[in-house]
Amino acid sequence: MRSLKLFLVCLLALPVAARAQGKLNVVTTIEDLSAIAREVGGDHITVESLARGYQDPHFVEAKPSFILKLQRADVLIAVGRELEIGWLPPLQTQSRNGKIQVGSAGFLDASLTAEILEVPTGQITRAEGDVHPLGNPHYWLDPENGKRIAKAMADKFGEIHPGDRAYFQQQLASFTSRLDTAEKRWISMMAPYKGTKVVTYHRSFPNFAERFGLDIIGYVEPRPGIPPTPQHTLDLINEMKRQNVKLALIEPYFDLKTPQAIGRATGAEVLVMPPSVGGVKEVTDYFKLFDYDINLLIDAIKKSGAK
Amino acid sequence: MRLTFVACATCMVAMLIATPRDAAAQAANAQQIQQQIDQLRQEFNQRISALEAQLTALQGGQAPPAVPAPQAPPAQTTVEVPPGAAGAGGPSGPLPVYGSSITNAKVFNPDMAVIGDFLGAAGRNQVEPQPALELHESEAAFQAIVDPYARADFFISFGEEGVGVEEGFLTFTSLPGGLLTKVGKMRAAFGKVNSLHNHVLPWTDRPLVTRNLVGGEDGIDDAGISVARLIPAGPLFLEATGEVYRGDSGVSLYKTSERGDLSYVAHLRAYHDITESTNIDLGSSYSYGHNPAGIVKDVDVGRFTTKLFGVDATLRWKPLSRSIYHSFVGRSELIWSQRQQFNGRQDAMGYYASGDYQFARRWFAGIRYDRSNRADDASLLDKGGSATLTYWPSEFSQVRGQYRRTEYADGPTANELLFQFQFSIGAHGAHPF
Repeated sequence: MRSLKLFLVCLLALPVAARAQGKLNVVTTIEDLSAIAREVGGDHITVESLARGYQDPHFVEAKPSFILKLQRADVLIAVGRELEIGWLPPLQTQSRNGKIQVGSAGFLDASLTAEILEVPTGQITRAEGDVHPLGNPHYWLDPENGKRIAKAMADKFGEIHPGDRAYFQQQLASFTSRLDTAEKRWISMMAPYKGTKVVTYHRSFPNFAERFGLDIIGYVEPRPGIPPTPQHTLDLINEMKRQNVKLALIEPYFDLKTPQAIGRATGAEVLVMPPSVGGVKEVTDYFKLFDYDINLLIDAIKKSGAK
Repeated sequence: MRLTFVACATCMVAMLIATPRDAAAQAANAQQIQQQIDQLRQEFNQRISALEAQLTALQGGQAPPAVPAPQAPPAQTTVEVPPGAAGAGGPSGPLPVYGSSITNAKVFNPDMAVIGDFLGAAGRNQVEPQPALELHESEAAFQAIVDPYARADFFISFGEEGVGVEEGFLTFTSLPGGLLTKVGKMRAAFGKVNSLHNHVLPWTDRPLVTRNLVGGEDGIDDAGISVARLIPAGPLFLEATGEVYRGDSGVSLYKTSERGDLSYVAHLRAYHDITESTNIDLGSSYSYGHNPAGIVKDVDVGRFTTKLFGVDATLRWKPLSRSIYHSFVGRSELIWSQRQQFNGRQDAMGYYASGDYQFARRWFAGIRYDRSNRADDASLLDKGGSATLTYWPSEFSQVRGQYRRTEYADGPTANELLFQFQFSIGAHGAHPF
């Protein structure tokens, strides 16, 4: 018993890890949020993402190394809408960091000001698969939401570091105006292809499709989180043939076997399209994400003659 | 009681103020205090009789009718009938929602989930027979944030023998000094398997070594306090945990006969990311407590104790870009037990080594080797091996088959086929790591 007491005393006596002062230490759950935070925070923050862009954000492992990152964080920014429900809550609990708990000043749910699509109505059951009762969490693939997320971040950073508030607002204004310009360009690039019919693997692109005029007619997954079944694949192939769908957009973390079979059966082009910054090597920031995806789409549409 | 307290407090204050210089003044003071006390007593008696009168009035139903508060007409919450219902002969238009809407107190209900664990067994096992079919466990989980400082987790386990609180604890999330403190009944941080619930194990059973040396299926699961602290070590995750428990765990592991017979657990965990896909997790554990070997007719004549030492290692591999399709977990735990008994100290040892490979999105295959002495008779050695195949229809259900061969030291070898169905309803829980 004495030895245990001594052990506990030793535990308490260990020096608290020195925290870097000055720069705001921001941790985000996915790379898209860190990309936007980097735009807003500039060199007044350090920012790091827990998940990688080429990883399925639903199934990130709650690694203890993430606890170390969260322990030192001043701000934690999450996608919300239960996207991270399988892994973020235990990390927050074990972070020993009161600042980033749900409800604390240092926790930001980026979805709160964003436009959320596919909020289910009526009765929700898991017969529909891993349905997100609070709406589709893949909302960052719309520049309008990018601006809303950036504003929420600038406000949050300013709230925590009031001395830098003007700087963050200035950064926000710059990011917003650059994004406005880019968005106009992207929309005009996509305008000739408005109404192009596509299928996607998971429901990762509703906001993108709405902003840039794609028509998603089906999904490779029969239901969210449920892997493809032969019957569903057959139905999808028939539907794609009927509607003459020539594009299948697949997130980088899904197996290409079924999509390629669908592609062979329908003559559709199978595109590995990253829904996130970091999904492919070239996509290193929020602007490049749209640049990459839109160029990829337009090239494929031209090649396949899809409409 | 309050009166006595007030009197005492007054006396004490008076004593502090009083100067013992003048005996006459002292006497006068004492008289004054006596008067004050009498006065207070009188006031309290009056109040008490007034309260008693009110109480009788209330019990007799003679309470003055309370003025009904002016009630605003309740805002009726409605929902739209899903489209198509009217066509099918169902109702149409808005329907009221009864039992208060989501805007009311229900939002504070904890996250709830129920996990069913159905086990089937075929084959022969004369040493540890288990029923052919059983709903082995139904676990109800209730989890919520308590206040800005803590969260609470309850896991109530309904088994064939009855109901028990498997875990019920409060976690303080924002204590100073980086301490993570848990208070309540919980699975102790001894090794790996001991802290895991049945439904996150990669097998239908628990390894022989935990059954023989670490308190059976329940393991070290007791009421106590746990304090864990991160030790700064650069990129290495290093966590030290110290736990104190009442001292009652397992069937024959720890048993208290006096209040001071506490049991202790200490655990040191080191974790490192070798690459983004591969990581290693090492741990060493120690536990100490009083065992029931010396208890004769409810009297602990032997005062015997048990010490447990353990080391564990886990290697995980999961390629990030294909994380939902392939993974591997290799794990081993070695445990030494020193158990004092009337016939001297029994030094037993046991271990298991296992490997689980996910070869498709829904499929896992695994093997496990078991070897362990018995805690109360180290000369007996049990050996075993298992092979498992697991299928996940979705994230919320799981079907598993396990072939298990156990060579018992004191009985015939058992060859069994175990089947398991697991299913979870309710809130989406955290994925195990």
